[in-house]
Amino acid sequence: MLRKKDLLGLKDLTAEEIEYVLDHAVEMKEALLSRQTLDNLRGKCVSTLFYENSTRTQNSFLTAAESLGARTLTINVATSSVKKGESLVDTGKTLDALMTDVIVIRHSMAGAPQLLAKHVKSAVINAGDGMNEHPTQSLLDLFTMREKFGTLKDLKVVLVGDIKHSRVARSNLWALGKLGAETVVVAPHTLLPKGVEELGCEVSTDVESAIAGANVVMGLRLQLERQKAGLFPSTSEYAELFAITRDKLESACPGAIVMHPGPVNRGIEIGSGLVDGASSVIEEQVTNGVAVRMAVMDILVGGNA
Amino acid sequence: MSILIKNGKIIDGNEFNADVYIENGRINKVGENLNVIADEVIDARGKFILPGLVDMHCHLREPGFENKETIASGSYAAVCGGYTSIACMPNTNPVIDSPAMARYVAMRGREADYARVYPIGCITKGQKGEELAEMGKMKEAGIVAVSDDGRPVMNSGIMRNALEYAKTLNILIVDHAEDSTVSGDGVVNEGVNATIAGLRGINRAAEEIGTARDIVLAESLDARLHVCHVSTAGSVQLIREAKARGVKVTCETCPHYFSATDEEILSYNTNAKINPPLREPSDVEAIIEGLKDGTIDVIATDHAPHTMGEKNREFDLAPFGSVGLETALSVAYTYLVETGDIDMVSLVSLMSQTPAKLLGLPVVRVKPGMMADLVVFDPDAEWTVKASELKSKGKNCVFDGWHLKGKVQNTVVGGVIKY
Repeated sequence: MLRKKDLLGLKDLTAEEIEYVLDHAVEMKEALLSRQTLDNLRGKCVSTLFYENSTRTQNSFLTAAESLGARTLTINVATSSVKKGESLVDTGKTLDALMTDVIVIRHSMAGAPQLLAKHVKSAVINAGDGMNEHPTQSLLDLFTMREKFGTLKDLKVVLVGDIKHSRVARSNLWALGKLGAETVVVAPHTLLPKGVEELGCEVSTDVESAIAGANVVMGLRLQLERQKAGLFPSTSEYAELFAITRDKLESACPGAIVMHPGPVNRGIEIGSGLVDGASSVIEEQVTNGVAVRMAVMDILVGGNA
Repeated sequence: MSILIKNGKIIDGNEFNADVYIENGRINKVGENLNVIADEVIDARGKFILPGLVDMHCHLREPGFENKETIASGSYAAVCGGYTSIACMPNTNPVIDSPAMARYVAMRGREADYARVYPIGCITKGQKGEELAEMGKMKEAGIVAVSDDGRPVMNSGIMRNALEYAKTLNILIVDHAEDSTVSGDGVVNEGVNATIAGLRGINRAAEEIGTARDIVLAESLDARLHVCHVSTAGSVQLIREAKARGVKVTCETCPHYFSATDEEILSYNTNAKINPPLREPSDVEAIIEGLKDGTIDVIATDHAPHTMGEKNREFDLAPFGSVGLETALSVAYTYLVETGDIDMVSLVSLMSQTPAKLLGLPVVRVKPGMMADLVVFDPDAEWTVKASELKSKGKNCVFDGWHLKGKVQNTVVGGVIKY
C-alpha cells in the first residue's frame, strides 16, 4: 500500500511501498503493450508543470495519463503567468482551482515539489527537483532491473558519472539501498557530493575496478557546463577516464546490463557502440517509464489500485 | 519617574540579591530591602536583574526595506528580547555610507524611542568593495563601527587599506569574512545533509579563508579586527591561535550556531537558510568551546527579518537570514546556561558588556550613578516560540516551535519601562 497524497521522493518510502508500485506497474505495462486505454483516471485531470525543459519526461507522463483515460493540462511555464512573476505556491493554487487532480512538477530547485505539495490539494508527483530526487526515473530503473534479474536483492549496481548534481543517482541510491542491492558510485572527486557514502553506497574513482562483478552499470548525464565551472578539464579527458566502454565492461558479470536515464552524450558517458549494443536496455527504460508513471498516478488518485 | 525593582538576583561581575531603585534615568540605589517609594514597583523575586543587552549585529532594514522591518518595529522587538542598545548593519537602500544616512538612522532610532539605536557605516562606498567610505565623517555622525556585512570585501588590497585607515581613527572593522568565490551559489552547509537534500553546499573553507585573510591583514598592520558570525570549528581555531599570538582580533557568534545544525534544512525550511549556513554537530561543540575559553567574545543576533512572501518560496530563491532579537537570550540561557557550559555572569559579559566595550558604548553596570538600562529575566519561565506572535515584522524565525527556558519579563531603557 502507498497511503500518501504525493510522490515527492523515494527517500521517505519503505521497501514495501516501492515494491507495491513496481508490482502494480507490471499490470500497467501489459495494458500499455496491448495498446489498451484504461479508465482508471477517467474524469480526472493531470497537469504537467515543467520549470525545466524535458520533452522526454513530460511526454512520458502525458502518455501515461492518457493511457489511464485522464484529461491533461500542460502548463507552458515559459509563456504562462509564471513568466510574469507568479510564485510557485500561487501557480499551484490556480491549478487546484482548475480542478486538477495531479500536478506533475519538474523544477531546477530542490524542495520545490515539497513546497507545492504543502500548499495544494492535488496530488503532487515530483518529476525531478534540482539535485534532490527523480523518483519516477528511479522507479523505472528499478522496474527494468527487476524485469531482467527477477529481484533487486544482492544485485551490484554501479552508477558512473556526475553523482554530485544527479537527482537520478540520489533516488536510485535511496531505493536500491532499501531493496537490498549493493551500490557503487564512480566519479572524479569534484563530481561526488560530500558524505555520499553515508547514503549507503561504496565510493570509487576508478570505473574499471568498480565495474568488476557488476550486474548493472548505469551512466549518468554529464551537463557540459560543469566543465566551464572547473569541475573537470575537458570532455575528452572525462570520456577517457569515465566513459563506460566495452573494454571496461568486460569485468562485469555475464549478462550485465547498461542503463542511462537519457538523453545520452554518446562517446562521453557511454561508448557509442555500447548504447546500441545487446547489453543496453536504454530504450526499454523509456517504455517502462510510462508503465511506472501509470502505476504511480493510479495508486495516488485512481482509487483502483 | 522612579522604579523600584525588588528582591531580584543581580548578575553583574558576580551574583547577589538586592533591590534596585531607579530615578531620573539613572540607578540611584542598590541594596537589600531598600525603603523607598517609587512610581512603579517590579517584583523580581526569583528573577535575574541584568544589565541591558547590547546587540552589535542586527538588520533593521530601514531605509528601503520597510516591508521587512522598520527601525521602530526592530527596536521594539529588541526591547522585547532584553536589548537596550542595538547596532544595525548598513546594507539598507540606500546603504549607510555617508554621514547624512548615519544621522538619519540614529534619528529614526530616537523617534522610535525603544532600544538605543546605533548605526554601523559601510567599509566601502555603496558596499561595492572598491573605494573606502567616509569613515571619519560617519564617526562624527554617530556610527559605532564599519562593516560591509552581507557582502564580503573580496579585494584584499581594499581590505588592507580599510583596516589601516580605520586604525587611524580607532574605528572597529566588523567583517563578514567569506571568500565568495568558494561559497559560489551554495545555499546550505556543504556536508551530508546538503547531499541528502540535494541542495548546493557552501564549503566551510569560504568562511575560513575569509577569516584567515583578515587575521593576516590585521596582524601585519597591528590593527583591530572583529569577525562577524563565526560558525565553523576551523574559524574558532584560527581566531584562538591569532589571539594567542597577540593579534587584536575579536569575534562574535550567534545563537543559531550553538543551538542548531544543518539538519534543519532537510525539510527545506527556508527559515533555516542563513549565511553563514547552519553547520554540523562538531561545529556546534567547537563554538561552545570557543565561548567557554574566551576565544569568542560576543553573542550577537544577526537578526535578519524578511517577509513571508520572500521566505515562502523555493529554497534556492528564499533570502538568507532569521530573526533573533526576541529569542537570543532565551536560546542562550537554554543552550549554554542550563547545560552548565556558561554561567550567567559570563553570559552577561558576552551579550552586554563586551559588545558595549567593542563599540565604544557606555558599559552598563548595576551600580548607583549608572544609566538605568536593565533587564528582568525569569529563568524559570518556559515558553514555546511562535513566530507569528513575534513583535518583529519578520516572522522568519529558525526557532519557531522551539521550547525554551527563561524569558524576559521587563526591559528598562534609560529609566523607562519599555517592555
